[in-house]
Amino acid sequence: MRDPSRPASDLLLQVEDLKVRFHTLRGVVHALEGVTFHLRRQETLGLAGETGCGKSVTARSILRLIEPPGYISQGRIAFEGRDILKLSQAEVRALRGSQISMIMQEPKMALNPVIRVGRQVAETLLIHQPGLGRRAARAQAVEMLAQLGIASPGRMARRYPHELSGGMAQRVMIAMMLVTRPKLLIADEPTSALDVTIQAQIMELMKDLIREIRTSVLMITHDLGIMAESCDRVAVMYAGSVVEEGPVRAVLKNPRHPYTRGLLKTVPDNANPDQPLFSIKGNVPSLLRPQTHCRFAPRCEEAFDRCREEVPPMYSLGGEHQAACFLHHRAAPARPAGGVGAAEAG
Amino acid sequence: MTLPPPGRSLDKEELRRHRRRARRQFLTDSLILWRRNPLMIIGSLIILGLVLVAVLAPFLATHDPFDQILADRLLPPTAGRWFGTDSLGRDIYSRVIYGARVTLAIAFLVAAISTPLGLIIGVVSGYIGGALDELLMRCSDIFLAFPKLILAIAFAAALGPGVENAIVAIAVANWPSYARLARAETLSVKNNDYIRVMRVLGAGRLRIMVGHVTPMCLSSIIVRMSLDMGTIILTAAGLGFLGLGAQPPTPEWGLMVSDGRDFLVDQWWVSTLPGFAILVVVMGFNLLGDGIRDILDPHQRQGR
Repeated sequence: MRDPSRPASDLLLQVEDLKVRFHTLRGVVHALEGVTFHLRRQETLGLAGETGCGKSVTARSILRLIEPPGYISQGRIAFEGRDILKLSQAEVRALRGSQISMIMQEPKMALNPVIRVGRQVAETLLIHQPGLGRRAARAQAVEMLAQLGIASPGRMARRYPHELSGGMAQRVMIAMMLVTRPKLLIADEPTSALDVTIQAQIMELMKDLIREIRTSVLMITHDLGIMAESCDRVAVMYAGSVVEEGPVRAVLKNPRHPYTRGLLKTVPDNANPDQPLFSIKGNVPSLLRPQTHCRFAPRCEEAFDRCREEVPPMYSLGGEHQAACFLHHRAAPARPAGGVGAAEAG
Repeated sequence: MTLPPPGRSLDKEELRRHRRRARRQFLTDSLILWRRNPLMIIGSLIILGLVLVAVLAPFLATHDPFDQILADRLLPPTAGRWFGTDSLGRDIYSRVIYGARVTLAIAFLVAAISTPLGLIIGVVSGYIGGALDELLMRCSDIFLAFPKLILAIAFAAALGPGVENAIVAIAVANWPSYARLARAETLSVKNNDYIRVMRVLGAGRLRIMVGHVTPMCLSSIIVRMSLDMGTIILTAAGLGFLGLGAQPPTPEWGLMVSDGRDFLVDQWWVSTLPGFAILVVVMGFNLLGDGIRDILDPHQRQGR
């Protein structure tokens, strides 16, 4: 986790007003409607939200891996000051894997079934340092596996993916992604395919390793427990935009957007097991129309007229905490709705 | 942080033993499936025989295949001349034996040319997609629109007669089926997570196609190739028969069949016996190919 004594200006990643569209047979899907957030060096930012809210699309946009029929229609993704969206194909490829990596959800699907895992980890190195040589790459791969708490890494390197358990496969995956010591790691629900006991182990390992190689992490998850454990800040997404953002404690303890509140209420209460499970009424809105008002308004119990007419801007709520909800209209806007500008607000 | 022990892991010896056992299991299973398929045994024996005959031709032949003894022309099969002689007095048995070399060379070379060609075109087409895919596949459609033999005849006629040109002609007529197969495999593989991971890691197209897609296409291409062998030989014989393939005095089976046309009624052996060799070898390859497909089919292995 982040060392609080570091200055606040060392931005690693800045996503501004990112819009992604998908052309489908039923029309244009407005998957992302002006996503804005930032990530500092050595910080872990959690990206929360239900299925289909655009978390993974955001992640793939950062690596510029949105495939047709999807495309990034607008926005800026600054990585160390360089706009990823303006780089050439070759420049983006040079970033992928060496500077920015992504851990996938299903570790067993993400490993090539016919190649020994050691070679797969070594291949990451060889992609970016072709001069390294197979032998040296392999040695580094084995070392990386050892760092992930694999008892006999040399033997593990000679195995095929089908010989591994889910937890082991995820360790190999993490090794593959971190062996080049990237500056940014995107973890797309890294533990949701694992069972609960392994989840904790993997999270611990990841946390240690991340601290050691000083990587920033964009943690995509819908598990609020994992988020509370491992993130410095969180951004909550709903239907293609960030609705609330702030330090993890502030957001989880004192959620200011009705959607975040609803999301937190859905966590089962272990103290009162007899209580029926809570669910937010209504359905996720169709993304076929561009955003003209608060997309959560139809499901929001506190919605009023303005919510159905305008897109709410981000309101600053003290510190770094901000929410896109007209309930806070008396607070100063942190930035105009869907607008461009630094998300730094005091 | 202290790590929890990652479960009891097998030690090196044990792991190696397991793997060796699995490999042995695979081989014995294959052997069992092979033994249970009498047609495949026949096919394998025929092809084994063909290879042996080709290798040992000088020892098996009773006469020089090119030696013309006009006094002995059109002799019927006898104890000394097992298959009789042709219109130029050459020993047909010896010519059939040497013909195995020509046939095998044609089949091997056609496979060696058309399979990689089809594989490369198919993988590129499937992986890159878009306009290139459209172009390459419409191209293969044009080739597939003609019967293979007709296409091979056209190419052979354009290139001029000769064994080498026949090989090129057949290979050119053959690649589209491999390209189609490789493309289909590529399409099913390319959206797998592990290919996505390679892209996330910054791997270029060439690395992904060569290192991760092509190996996945190989098994079905190999099966297809073994099934195609018979057709290749038949096409080669057809070209030889029409005078577009091997040229006299090459002891090529198709050519020999053609030579005997004029004597079909009175000296049946001149055409029939080389024709019989074609029949046996093509059948052998077909039986073998069918058998290989069955053995490599994982469904066959279960519950047996």
